[in-house]
Parts: sequence; C-alpha cells; structure tokens
Amino acid sequence: MLEQIMLRVARYRPDEEDTEPAYADYDVPLRPDWAVLDGLNYIKDELDGTLSYRWSCRMGICGSCGMMVNGDPKLTCATFLSDLAPGPVRIGPLANFPVIRDLVVDLTDFMHKLGRVKPWLIREEEQPVEEGEYLQTPAQLDDFKQFSMCINCMLCYAACPVYGLDSDFVGPAAIALAQRYNLDSRDEGDRTRLTILAQPEGVWDCTFVGECSAACPKGVDPAGAIQQAKLAAAQEAVKSLLLPWRSQ
Amino acid sequence: MISPLEARYYRQRVPLLWWARRRSYAVFMLRELSSLFVALFVVELLLLVRAVADGAPAYQDFLDAMANPAVIVVNGVALAFVLLHAVTFANLTPRAMVVRIRGRRVPPRAVLAGVYLGWLLVTAFLAWLVVG
Repeated sequence: MLEQIMLRVARYRPDEEDTEPAYADYDVPLRPDWAVLDGLNYIKDELDGTLSYRWSCRMGICGSCGMMVNGDPKLTCATFLSDLAPGPVRIGPLANFPVIRDLVVDLTDFMHKLGRVKPWLIREEEQPVEEGEYLQTPAQLDDFKQFSMCINCMLCYAACPVYGLDSDFVGPAAIALAQRYNLDSRDEGDRTRLTILAQPEGVWDCTFVGECSAACPKGVDPAGAIQQAKLAAAQEAVKSLLLPWRSQ
Repeated sequence: MISPLEARYYRQRVPLLWWARRRSYAVFMLRELSSLFVALFVVELLLLVRAVADGAPAYQDFLDAMANPAVIVVNGVALAFVLLHAVTFANLTPRAMVVRIRGRRVPPRAVLAGVYLGWLLVTAFLAWLVVG
C-alpha cells in the first residue's frame, strides 16, 4: 500500500450558501514524483469531483496553478509533496485576491493594472515595415531580459502585504513588466509609463518588503524593478525641476 | 456596480498581526520602526550642535544628560536599530541601482562592496575628526 499524505484544502462554494472558506481533508498517495498539483488532480479525479482550481501546463510556464501552500504562495506544479511530508499540507487560494470558488481567485484587478502600465513597445514614430525589424544587441537584451521572464502567476501579489492592505497599489508584476519595457532599447514610452508609475499608488506605495522577489518562481526580482523605477522617477522629477523646458 | 457573481466572492482580509506570521515580515516591520531611532539620533545631533553653540557649561550639561544610564540604554537600542536600517539600506543599493562603467554593467557584488567601502571611509574620517 502506498504511503499517504493529507491535503487540507480550502473549500468555498457560494452556490451552496458558504459564507467563508472551510478546510476539508483528503488523503492522497505520497508518490516521490508528485507535486501538490498532482495531489489536487487525484482529489478531483478520485475523491471529490466538485473541487475547483486552475492549472494548465504542469511545468512552471503558464502561471495558472499558484496557490497558498502552508501559507506560502507557490506554483503547485513545482512544489513537491515529498518535501512537505509528513503533512498535513494546507492549500488555500492565493492571498489578497477575491475568491470565486474553492482555490479559484479573481484576477480582474491585475488585468486592469497590467493594461494601465502599457506593457508593449511604444514608439514616437513607427519605422516603416520596409526598413525591417528594430535591431537589438545581446547586451541590450540582457538589460531587461530578467524582467521579461514574468509568467503572471500572481505569487508576488499574494506575497505583498502592501497590495493586501491597499488594493490600489499597481503591484509588483505590473511594475516589473513596465520596467521591462522601459529598459528595452526599442521602446520610447518610459515617460508615458511614468505618469502611471510615479503616482502615489505606483512605485511610491512600495515599502520594499521584498517578499515579491522571494516568492517569484522565475527569478524576476520585481522588488528590484520597483526600486529601479523609483530611482528613474526621482531622477526625472529632479531633471524637470532643474530643466523645466526639457520636460515639455 | 458589481455583478451578482462578484457579490458572492469571498474577500480575503489581511489580519491585523500579519507581520507577526513570518520572520521576513517581522524584520521588515523592525526596519520600518528603525526610522524612529534614526530621527532620535538626528534630534540628539541637533541638541549637541545647540549645546556647543551655547558654550562650555551648556556642552557639559549635554554630556551629563547623555551619561544618564537610561539615556545610554535608549541610545544602545537606537544604535542597533540604526545599524539595521543602514545595513538593509546598503544591501538594497545593487538592486535599485544599475551602475555602468564604459557601457558595461558593474556586477551587483562590486556595487555593494563600493557602498560598504564608502561607508567605511566616511566612518574612518569621522572617527579621525572626533578622536584625532
């Protein structure tokens, strides 16, 4: 008989008049090659088909299986049950987001914020297609590559107490992605983005707790990106004070 | 206007003692608290300057007040907090600042070493000024 591990899973079913999440216990096989997500799939397939959660790629790329595992924001496909033995393993929805059902949270707020920071290449004037692509050296790529590795898994938002306390905060991933384009040699939109980032609920809301970077499964370091954006915003403010004609 | 579906969302709240749940959060709160002690040192420095400006008796009064055991204990605690503040601030520098020399990015460790070297030099200069 296979060894078992207990998963203590948050259940919230508003259609059954639940007013708050309650935890339900499930015993799943403790296999050395099983991640937390495999345990959840076992529950869904074998024990209780009503459990709701998001997942897709199972390889740390899609960013959809983020949950709180024993209180820490984790990708459940990359967190192995054997590392959490003997259990029980407490699995909850990502912190700081509204819960739709069980382990599924609503990310609409982030989607709005992501659009506001304009995470795409902005050009003052587009080069005609006949002139070819915008070229970039490997060194120029290295300037922003780290910040482009974000998979929008939202672990950083779940780790950020500032976002938990003040949901107006633009937040780690959106600012890191804004900084990714600010640092891109092909982009000319940094001052456009600054009008959003330099707001109080932009970079200045961040108090550098640093947990976003600790939680990030892709090594993006959003906290670093935010501090760099703060420095850029401060430099721009000083420049516009000393050289007002330049900021026209 | 929220939809009927959104009305049934469970809104998670951050508990009042959120910072006590994790060591890194607690260290962060201590760092925030350290700002008060930085302010205390600034006030003490200003009082010192005023005492020096007011002449030898005022300066002696200031020294006597600072020699009070309670003040020494408070200043000892304040020193620990100011060191925490300074070290965490210095450690942040390479992440906030991308330094380039001749177009090449200086490795973060070198930036950090530069910050500590600068700190050491300023401390040595001040020590020379006070003791020398």
